[in-house]
Amino acid sequence: MLMIRCPWCGEREETEFHYGGEAHKLRPLNADALSDREWSEYLFLNHNPKGVYLERWSHARGCRRWFNMVRDTVTSEIIEIYPMGSLPSSPEGKAAYESNWRRQTAAEANAKGEAASSEGDGA
Amino acid sequence: MSTQRNRRAEGGRIDRERPFRFTFDGNTFTGYSGDTLASALLANDIHLVGRSFKYHRPRGIVGLGSEEPNAIIQLGVGDRGEPNIRATQIELYDGLVAESQNRWPSLDADVGAINSALSRFFPAGFYYKTFMWPASWWEKYEHFIRHAAGLGKAVSERDPDRYEKRHAHCDVLVVGGGPAGLAAALAAGRSGARVILADEQASFGGALQSENDVRVGGETSQAWIEAAVAELAAMPEVTLLPRTTVADYHDHNYLLAFERVTDHLGPDAPAHLPRQRSWRIRAKQVVLATGAIERPLVFADNDRPGVMLSSAVRGYVTRYGVVPGDKIVVFTNNDDAYRTAISAKDAGAAFVTIVDVRAEAAAGLVAAARDRGIVVYPAHGIVATRGGRRVKEVSLAPLTEGGVGTGRIDVDCDLIAMSGGWTPTVHLHSQSRGKLTWRDDIAAFVPGLVVQAEASAGMANGTFALSDGLAEGDKVGREAAAAAGFNGVEVAVPAAEEPAQTTIQPLWVVPGLKPLGRGAKHFVDFQNDVTAADVQLAAREGYISVEHLKRYTTTGMGTDQGKTSNIAALAILADVLGAPIPGVGTTTFRPPYTPSTIGAYGGRDVGALFDPTRLTPTDPWARSNGAKFEHVSQWMRAWYFPKDGEKMADAVNRECLAARNAVGIMDASTLGKIDIQGADAAEFLNRIYTNAWLKLGVGRCRYGLMLKEDGMVMDDGVTTRIAENHFHMTTTTGGAARVLDWLEEWSQTEWPELDVRFASVTEQWAVVSICGPKSRELLAELCDDIDLSDDAFPFMSMREGTVAGLNARVFRISFTGEHAYEINVPARYGLALWETLMETGEPYGITPYGTEAMHVLRAEVGFIIVGQETDGTVAATDLEMDWIISKKKPDFVGKRSLVREDLVKPDRKRLVGLLTEKPEEVIPEGAQIVAELKPAPPMTMIGHVTSSYYSANCERSIAMALVKGGPDRMGETVTIPLEGHPIRATIVEPKFYDPSGSKKDG
Repeated sequence: MLMIRCPWCGEREETEFHYGGEAHKLRPLNADALSDREWSEYLFLNHNPKGVYLERWSHARGCRRWFNMVRDTVTSEIIEIYPMGSLPSSPEGKAAYESNWRRQTAAEANAKGEAASSEGDGA
Repeated sequence: MSTQRNRRAEGGRIDRERPFRFTFDGNTFTGYSGDTLASALLANDIHLVGRSFKYHRPRGIVGLGSEEPNAIIQLGVGDRGEPNIRATQIELYDGLVAESQNRWPSLDADVGAINSALSRFFPAGFYYKTFMWPASWWEKYEHFIRHAAGLGKAVSERDPDRYEKRHAHCDVLVVGGGPAGLAAALAAGRSGARVILADEQASFGGALQSENDVRVGGETSQAWIEAAVAELAAMPEVTLLPRTTVADYHDHNYLLAFERVTDHLGPDAPAHLPRQRSWRIRAKQVVLATGAIERPLVFADNDRPGVMLSSAVRGYVTRYGVVPGDKIVVFTNNDDAYRTAISAKDAGAAFVTIVDVRAEAAAGLVAAARDRGIVVYPAHGIVATRGGRRVKEVSLAPLTEGGVGTGRIDVDCDLIAMSGGWTPTVHLHSQSRGKLTWRDDIAAFVPGLVVQAEASAGMANGTFALSDGLAEGDKVGREAAAAAGFNGVEVAVPAAEEPAQTTIQPLWVVPGLKPLGRGAKHFVDFQNDVTAADVQLAAREGYISVEHLKRYTTTGMGTDQGKTSNIAALAILADVLGAPIPGVGTTTFRPPYTPSTIGAYGGRDVGALFDPTRLTPTDPWARSNGAKFEHVSQWMRAWYFPKDGEKMADAVNRECLAARNAVGIMDASTLGKIDIQGADAAEFLNRIYTNAWLKLGVGRCRYGLMLKEDGMVMDDGVTTRIAENHFHMTTTTGGAARVLDWLEEWSQTEWPELDVRFASVTEQWAVVSICGPKSRELLAELCDDIDLSDDAFPFMSMREGTVAGLNARVFRISFTGEHAYEINVPARYGLALWETLMETGEPYGITPYGTEAMHVLRAEVGFIIVGQETDGTVAATDLEMDWIISKKKPDFVGKRSLVREDLVKPDRKRLVGLLTEKPEEVIPEGAQIVAELKPAPPMTMIGHVTSSYYSANCERSIAMALVKGGPDRMGETVTIPLEGHPIRATIVEPKFYDPSGSKKDG
């Protein structure tokens, strides 16, 4: 069981926290422009690496605040904890962020207001 | 009652002044305070304690502690019975009742022993090979296997004992209180660090307690142990936990330990103490001084009762004053067993013989043995044993390169003390994800790569010499304390004197008179009856991965998890493969180290304390008025209020009629209530609900539907604008916490720019709902500061005022389709409000109704219940609720998914009503629906019933259902194919009463 340093409350047992899944899944701003397939990459697919993972947690039975974590899923080592809305600063976290397939998806481009969908107007 | 024929007149740490009586398989024996069940049985010359798992061979006590594979016992009777306890760890108390296991009808005459005669037909992988085909026979096989393969009997009564759990933090956790562990705890404790020292035995000292031929710091070993424990006990930051097994090692140095608080006291256990206590320990540093477990030698028929581990024999002699045999053959591949021979001989054993597979042994020990008249056979092995319920004779022969030489000698014996060397107890190190390294010089795996903040010391680390172990414990303990921030003074480690030893010579399988697998059995795993021939066969059949071999042969899969057997199995596999032992690898050690009682995991979180029970403000009234209750998530809600012995159906019918014809009253306080404030509160709601919220006027209410991002219905409820930037949201009873979390998540993670805050106010407001044609008149009697006219207080609005003298928020909303009010007052006034309404409402025929009537009433007007009509796969569009799904809003949670290909398919299951052909017939909820009835399954199912009731107001049954393409099937007849009596029903709109909705408005 993990010992997690909540940025607001300090070290607490894992049982006080809720796991929130993959971090940095940007929500598309103009989802109507995405095809069903592109939308499903945002909606259903999660990155699931063996190794360094960027994930979200909330201190559900404490301050109820959300934060991000860089964690090694093999060793359970917590490499970095950083605020929502920011990117990791550790080398491991940066590398994990860059190597995530999600960075290349149409859903993420849509969320950033970048290029239009590659598959046309969508469903 | 028998005498303790194997008990010496003196010696051992038992109290001969305190005899205890106990029974084993119905026979009464005596032992002493300080005995274990095993030592007391051996004192009475009882070796046969069980039958083996597969062949039902007679089996005796093998070990001294938690490594015991054979002597697993059914302890106690009735609701305090417990199966599969190791006799070697059961501390004796007066009146103890124990039974052997896995024998029928009795230990002496066991019918299953026929399996042994048939053993040619029980090879490795027997279950896989035999019981696979034909598959249809599996049910027959299973019955046979379960009957034949059981160990103890599970107890069916409720456990009467109390358990506790406790959390602890420490700087240094020392696991194991032998010499290395004591040295580590002393070093860490002297630095001022907070130390927990846990040991599975009743007393500290570990294996050193068995040694009477060593001196530590010039004292006897026992004197040093006692001084060390006394020094530790005097340290305020040190916690000593005897009888405590550290069983689990998890991430971030989180360990679970199980303390047997009163098990050793039996019926004398004080009532204020729990039976067992689980410790959840978070340690900055962990020292593993878990010792080592002696290995059996794998020789012909090495499982007869009377064949024991050498270390166990020595322990029974020195610790318990029990010499478990008169004619002892010590069989060894190392020097340590010579000490057993010497101590047994000194304690009065008549004949002692040493059989050593090695040609050379430590000269001092050999001389000491021969001085005592002990015969030593170097370079010999035991090649056969004889004896049924007790070993009575062995055959010795010279060992040659790869075989047995000529010159067989038969020796009478009633006890064999075997030693195949020592396996460091690396379980916890391995659980912590540490790696293992093979050491040829001791023929054992020792801790290698360390992953978490832990270190091993003493025998657990392969450091077998006592003085080295003490020094290592001291060093590791001091380093652990320093790593935790405590630097202590260095105190000289006491020197230890012990007999000098030379090296082990591994011999993994001792050859017999015939080739392996013919005639005699060479057991590797006693508990699961796995032989060397089984392991070899499995390896030849291709099970060369150690994990596959384990599962195929079941070696190491008993309740002892192969503590004595794993290394021999690996070595035999390696031999067949021609690979070095470390090349074969090890199986994964998994928690717990020894079986743990489930009760100790749960602690006090059982029964009424398992989960909180929440009571509504009117609970006392409902109870004193005979209400029946039902659980709704954590809440206890009044289900219905039977009058004068009414049956449930009659009560519900009466309540439903009253709610539509007079006044119904119910406690709706369990509704989730969330106070939402902030400049962007309306914008936030606009994104989280499917409908529009920006233009909702102050004092107005709106029904909202909340979706998951995948378009599926998550929750619903009415939300009211209290002020420009202030809303009061209601949720379903069961969804309150989930919705609050949901709002927080979207607010913090997706839209942090929105100024909005949330607080649960579920517990702060009592909600009393009154409905029915006379509800307005009733409210008017108790409220004179709110204009109740339709113009001033229209449907779907809220007014603040005074009701029955209480400050109240009154919501004109309706879940029954009737003219209705939900009156909110501070929770502590809820009961007062209820009682005043009941009293004032009496002339109006006020009738309390429960959750069952509420369900019927809302179904009559076609309102859904989230969790009843929905199950996480039902989209908003499936519920014919398009009217609430905004077409204009650019976005809301779940919007994009509603146009996914799968969600716009015409044949999705969608909400409809059902009317049975026979009006009195009520369909069971959950029933499947078919379009075409066939004589027998399979039939194509087109939907299922979600809600179904008898409606007194409609004077017939009504039902709601999800049916494929349902709205396009209006008027069609479908069938609910119940066994023996199919029900025919017509698909209709899911509105059965007042379809125009005029009553709630009027």
